[in-house]
Amino acid sequence: MTSKEHSGGGSQLEELNGFTNPGLVEHVPRLSDGDPKADRVAERQVAAWFIASMIGTIWFIVSYFLFVPGESMSSIRLHNTSVGLGAALAMFSLGAGAVLWAKNLMSDHEGIDERHDISGSEEDQAVALEILHQAKEESGIARRPLLRNTLIAALAIAPLPAVLVFRDLGPLPGDMMFHTLWDKGVRLIRDPGGIPSADSERPIKAEDVTIGSAYHVLPSGIGADDGPDRPINEKAKAAVLLMRINPNELKEDPARKDWSHDGIVAYSKICTHVGCPVALYEHQTHHLLCPCHQSTFDVTEHCKVIFGPAKRPLPQLPITVDSEGYLVAQSDFAEPVGPTFWEINHP
Amino acid sequence: MKLLADRRRHPMALVVLLLVGLLLTGGAYALFTQTSSAKADTASASDIESGKKLFAANCATCHGLSGEGSKTGPGLIGVGASAVDFQVGTGRMPLQANGPQARVKEPQFNDEQTAQLAAYVGSLGPGPAIPAEENLDASKGDPAAGGGLFRTNCAMCHNVVGAGGALTRGKYAPNLSGVSGKHLYEAMQTGPQNMPIFNDANLTPDDKRDVIAYVNEVTQTTSPGGFKLGSLGPVAEGLFIWFFGLGAVIAMTVWLSSRAK
Repeated sequence: MTSKEHSGGGSQLEELNGFTNPGLVEHVPRLSDGDPKADRVAERQVAAWFIASMIGTIWFIVSYFLFVPGESMSSIRLHNTSVGLGAALAMFSLGAGAVLWAKNLMSDHEGIDERHDISGSEEDQAVALEILHQAKEESGIARRPLLRNTLIAALAIAPLPAVLVFRDLGPLPGDMMFHTLWDKGVRLIRDPGGIPSADSERPIKAEDVTIGSAYHVLPSGIGADDGPDRPINEKAKAAVLLMRINPNELKEDPARKDWSHDGIVAYSKICTHVGCPVALYEHQTHHLLCPCHQSTFDVTEHCKVIFGPAKRPLPQLPITVDSEGYLVAQSDFAEPVGPTFWEINHP
Repeated sequence: MKLLADRRRHPMALVVLLLVGLLLTGGAYALFTQTSSAKADTASASDIESGKKLFAANCATCHGLSGEGSKTGPGLIGVGASAVDFQVGTGRMPLQANGPQARVKEPQFNDEQTAQLAAYVGSLGPGPAIPAEENLDASKGDPAAGGGLFRTNCAMCHNVVGAGGALTRGKYAPNLSGVSGKHLYEAMQTGPQNMPIFNDANLTPDDKRDVIAYVNEVTQTTSPGGFKLGSLGPVAEGLFIWFFGLGAVIAMTVWLSSRAK
């Protein structure tokens, strides 16, 4: 690596690939170079920043004790804001002072470090080649193809055990992706919000679902205490949106005609794109909008996708009423809910 | 004036001008958007009679002479007094222009006229009545329970703190800040525009009061510090950091690498 002193352009212009090297920009002395008055001003400027930093630190300490956060939000706001401003002033001023010191007062010497050649010297290259040749001769890898081939094969299969132990990273999903808690005769209950518990079940009567209503629904029994994470994991699959539409507006597939009850339809709330909860229901247009990527489903036509990145309709939950007038499921969903996955057609 | 004229090319002149402009628009907006609150009255035969006249003069073109509806407007038989009180009381009706949905504007009828219209439409067929005062008292509601209900039933459209949000094709869920408890209740009860209906079997009157308590709580709470950016979440925050955060980083870099004067 060579270093050469900075000097004005002009004298060493040279042509390279048809371009003239413009040389270096001429060195301009700073105001503070050689002018003691400007030098003193710059010095005071830096000191002023450092003093501002001290003020910021003291401000932080004082306001920490002065504005004690109490019960009210505005007292917390006052505390956070004043402490934050103090810290910001202290840190920023420290940095600004350091930068100004370096720029205006420290040495203004400009130097150039030339980059060395990418290729090594000829001697170095010869030594490296010699080592490679020697290794080839001494190992005999060119003369012994049996050793070479078995080595390559051994290396190729060596990572397989690692692939195998990936299986132990967690239980395989099994048929978990294909089933939810919905089953024949399971009542539809109102989603109470949060983690469902066993004692807050409110089943829904068909007559309570008036036209234009939307109910957020879970399967009865989801709150049963079978392990700490079960209710929330099951909710992630079984969440359903229940809507009632004027039966004249429904365009139903004859094969699925009896999946709805008197205009009441139930669809999975889990988007078939990446699984966000689709629940932005517009009761006049019957559009269901997913807030994440704007996939839009038409509830009147079995939730077919009419806009956005989702690729398949929301799965429909077949429903009917039981002898007491409560809405119940006819069965589980006919297809897996949520985002599509590779094995979706091979349960 | 000479002092001003001399400084008009000052680098800060643009900034000052922008600030003045922004303050003026903001001030004017705040002045003109003060909403009035309404109170419910009990319906009498004379109210219904006056309401019928008002209806014939202002609403019948679209909703039909006796509220049966037409090609341009839905029928109002059975929507109830509550729906009228909401739509007319918030200025959404009478509709001023066609659009994806009716916008909130200065109400065109005073409280008495609104009550008369509501009484008339309420008399056309059974429907939800204007909620009683005791169901609206947010101080009796439980904001925590209301928060759970709000997050399950409302937050997907109205945002978790009621800041509102976009729907399909130009429609939107409005911001709930500053909406009166009565109008919140009526909206849940009647499902205005594209909002689904949350009848008393779905959200009981007590549930609705809890929701109102929650909305009041979150829309009136002071932020614990920093800018809320409209509580709109990652979009507003991302935009802010891309423009102002990265802008500050670039400005610092330019300053650090510039030659000292």
